Formats: sequence, structure tokens, C-alpha cells
Amino acid sequence: MTIAKEYSLAELMICAAAEAFRHDGEVLATGIGLIPRLGASLAMKTFNSDLMMTDSEAYLLSEPNPVGPRADNYIQQNETWMGFSRIFDNVWSRKRHAMVGPTQIDQFGQANISALGSDYSKPKVQMLGVRGFPGNSISHPNSFFVPSHNTRVFVKGECDMVASIGYNPERLPKGYRLDDIDIRLVITDLCVMDFNGPDHQLRLVSLHPGVALNTVIENTGFAIDIAQNVKTTPPPTVEQLAIIAALDPHNLRAKQLKDNPPGDRTTSAKLVEEVA
Amino acid sequence: MNKLQTVKQMVEQLEDGMTIGIGGWGPRRKPMALIREILRSDLKDLTIVAYGGADVGMLCAANKVKKVIFAFVSLDFIPLEPFFRKARQNGDIDIMEIDEGMMLLGLRAAAWGCPFIPTQVGLGTDVVKVNPDLKVIDSPYDDKEWVAMPALKLDAALIHVDRADVRGVCQITGPDHYMDDWFVRAAKKALVTCDELVGSEVFNDPNAARCVFWERSLTTAVAHVPAGAHPTSCAPFYGFDTAHFKEYNACARDGGFELYFDKYVKDKCENDYQALVGGVDTIKQLALPVY
Repeated sequence: MTIAKEYSLAELMICAAAEAFRHDGEVLATGIGLIPRLGASLAMKTFNSDLMMTDSEAYLLSEPNPVGPRADNYIQQNETWMGFSRIFDNVWSRKRHAMVGPTQIDQFGQANISALGSDYSKPKVQMLGVRGFPGNSISHPNSFFVPSHNTRVFVKGECDMVASIGYNPERLPKGYRLDDIDIRLVITDLCVMDFNGPDHQLRLVSLHPGVALNTVIENTGFAIDIAQNVKTTPPPTVEQLAIIAALDPHNLRAKQLKDNPPGDRTTSAKLVEEVA
Repeated sequence: MNKLQTVKQMVEQLEDGMTIGIGGWGPRRKPMALIREILRSDLKDLTIVAYGGADVGMLCAANKVKKVIFAFVSLDFIPLEPFFRKARQNGDIDIMEIDEGMMLLGLRAAAWGCPFIPTQVGLGTDVVKVNPDLKVIDSPYDDKEWVAMPALKLDAALIHVDRADVRGVCQITGPDHYMDDWFVRAAKKALVTCDELVGSEVFNDPNAARCVFWERSLTTAVAHVPAGAHPTSCAPFYGFDTAHFKEYNACARDGGFELYFDKYVKDKCENDYQALVGGVDTIKQLALPVY
């Protein structure tokens, strides 16, 4: 395996997202959004070939579909029908790991995609609705994807509308333990985190190349646990980049993050200094 | 038995204050011809249960809605439904916001005659806080608490299918029938529009019969409306009309729903509407989306 010399931030995040599925075994991997989907697909194509995936419509696949328009002669590798009603059978039988993109995440790992503002009867911003967040979060592991790490996403206090259960002792249902909740990795444009700090506190696992620790602290609306030796998120290998390119032949990944920044921000920071 | 009706006859069966379930999912296979007919009617104070898209947005914008029971309202490629969003942000409608799976359980409870179905879905979230009607109960078998998802009993279900015969045998050959079977089972009446009206012998083919998801005794009436799901999709016949949805979405910004309503719905029959959007043949050319 050869470490790539050049790679985009999107590609770094795809590889970091793939790690969330490494030890999952034979579960349905659902990546909502292009980068999480490519992350799950990369995991399936490399270190966890037992993963299952859907075509995002109605079939379970033994091979992930590439994203974007496909050739007319492309043959999708179907395994079984997996329509929306059956997705719930899968969710409630717990054989799934979803990576989702909440609009708000709080210190407890509670998440919101429903509505913003303090008046629920008249929200400041109506978003999608809770969708499947309540059921997913109590039934199976979930990871989070955050394309822009800032204090509007990682909010102080609690989410405006708590759409998924987290590690909040105040909200723990009767008969449950906090350990029954399973939030895995949080992949942002700055770092990788998990909820393995003291009392399930959000913990910094690795900083993306060239990102300063303070940038993460300043852009998170609550205190996070900092591991003693914060690692650097591993850059993609040449092999990984080739698989990503095959999974995303139209390079849609280049349009996911504003201005498609490079994966190593050390260089870009220097460039900015030089220009200034 | 002949259950053929017009969409107008179907809508005449609906009354103010009814609870109406709408099949389909987001921008996919919505009974839009029926929705347009409701928009033209003087129905009001409806409670809508749906995996929502423009059906919900249009009904809200036209002041037909008292309450929406939903898990999401979205046009998919346009993530936020513009008119539902407006209605919510103005505080115009009552809501019951639940998980997608809870909605399925509520429909199943209604279909099976159960007052509720227990689930862990919703525990620990604001779903149980913002819905006072949603009770959390103790299990008689263990120490855990459970959400008692109440039956979502529907006065009517509105559904669009690919094919049907006059007896109400309905076929959905697209990749997914979504929760349409449960909407039908949860409802007192199922009003179904179909793209193609076919002879009953079509269902002699086992592959055709496998794509029939409820018994004809559950279908109250059938209306033949080719391309009746437009601007939503009806796979495998046609995809959703992205250009039309973009125009609809833009109306929320410039001019409001009246602009859309006046152009496409007001004083128009379905034939007029179809002529305005290019005709049935053009609709059937709309490419299916790739996910």
C-alpha cells in the first residue's frame, strides 16, 4: 500500500468514513449522502467485503453501484428485493449501520434534521422532519458525517429538536443503559471523533492533516475530550484512490465540499500565507 | 363488478375534516390527479397522513389542511418542500411528527384493528415530547418502557398505480410499492387512479399477480388517468419531472402558490393540465432517476 501524495479533502473523508464500517461484519451499510455512501462502498470493496448495501431504491446489492449516471449496459448486482417497508424489518432486527448527516449534533450525540428554532409550533427553519432518525438511533449503530464543522452544527446545550436518541442520562428510557446506545464515528472536514470520552463525551480521535487542535475546539459548541496523543487522520492510499475513482467515475466527490479543498491543509495554509 | 369512477366522483366522496392517507413517497408515485381535484374542490380541514412530497405542500398551500402527520416532506432532489416549509414556519398547521417506521406501525395497527403497536422507536427523542397523544407505556413482560404507536385510522387512502382492472385489482410494477398496501388496509375507502386500465386476464400471468399488493375487496373505486402521477414519477413508466418541480419550487419564492395554481390547476381538467405540461407522450418520456 502506497500513501498518495495528492488527495482531496473529500477523498480523505471518504477513507475516514470507510473506517466506521471496518469491523461491522455482515450488516447493511447505509451512507446517506455522496461521501458517506462512497465511504461505505469503499469499505465493502476493501476491508469488509461482507457488508451489504442497497441501490438506494429497492434492491440489496452484492456489489456497490457506482454513483451518478451509469452506462445502459451496466448490470446491477442484485441480491434481493429491499423495498422501503422491508428496510424497517432490517432496521428493527438491528443488522444495520447508517452514516447520516445531521444539521445539529449536541454534547450527548443527540441529532436534529427536523426543525430549527425554539418555537416548535412555528420553527424558524423547517427542515426535512425526523425521517428515520428516532428508529435508527435506538435500533442500530450510527455514525455522523459533517461536511462543515462549526458551532451551528455542534451546538451548545441540546438540539432544537432531538430527532435521535443519544447519551443523555436525563432522556434515557426506563430499563435502558447508556451503553445500549451505539454512536460510532463522527467524520467532519476537520477531524474524526467518537463518543468514547469519559461518560460518553465526544472525543477527538484524529485531526485531518494540517488542521490545528484549536480550530476543532473553537468550532465545537461544547467541551470535547482530547486524547493524549491526537493522531493525524491517515491519508488515502493510491489503491484506495483508484477504487474511489472507479466508484465515482464522474468525480461527483469534487463538488461535495466548497472549492474542493486539498486533503492536507498544511500546504493550503502556506499558500494562503504566501499570497498574503 | 365495475368500480370505475372519475376523479371528480372520487373527490365528491370526501368530506371536510376527514383523515386522508396519500400513497407514494416524496416525489414518487403520488396520486396527483386526485390532489389537483381536491385543490379545485372546497374541501377543508383535512388531516393528511403521508410520506410527503408536493402532495402535502400543495394541499397546505391551498389551505386544505388542518393537520399533517409526517416523518418528512421532501421533493428528494429539492430536499425541502417549499410550501410545507412555509406553512410550518408561519405556524399555519397542526402536526404530528413521527419516525418513518412509526407511521408504518400506525397504519398496520389501523389495518389490524389494534389500538396501538408497541415500539422502541421514538424513545429518548423529542418525538415523544412534542406529541402529547403519543403514550409511553410499561411492558407487561419486561422492565422496559415502550412507545404505544396509535393506529392511524384513515377515512380514505388516495393511491396511484400502474395498472388496474375495473374490479379494483391493482398492480404496481415499479421497484417499490412503498407503504401503499398499508395505506389501503388502514382506510375505510381506497380511491385508486391508474395509468393503464387493463383486462382482468392480465393478472393470469404469475409475475403480474405477484405485483398486486392488496385484495380487490379493499379497492373502493378506480379512475383511469394516464400519467396521473405527474409531476411525480410512476416507475417503470416515467420519472419525476424535475423542470416542473423547479418551476413549482420557484413559485414559493416569486409569486406564491397562486401563480402555480392559476397556471396549472384552476378551472382546468386533467386533460388541460396534461396539455400544459406537454401531453401524456411527453410525460412518458421523462427519464427514471438514477440513485
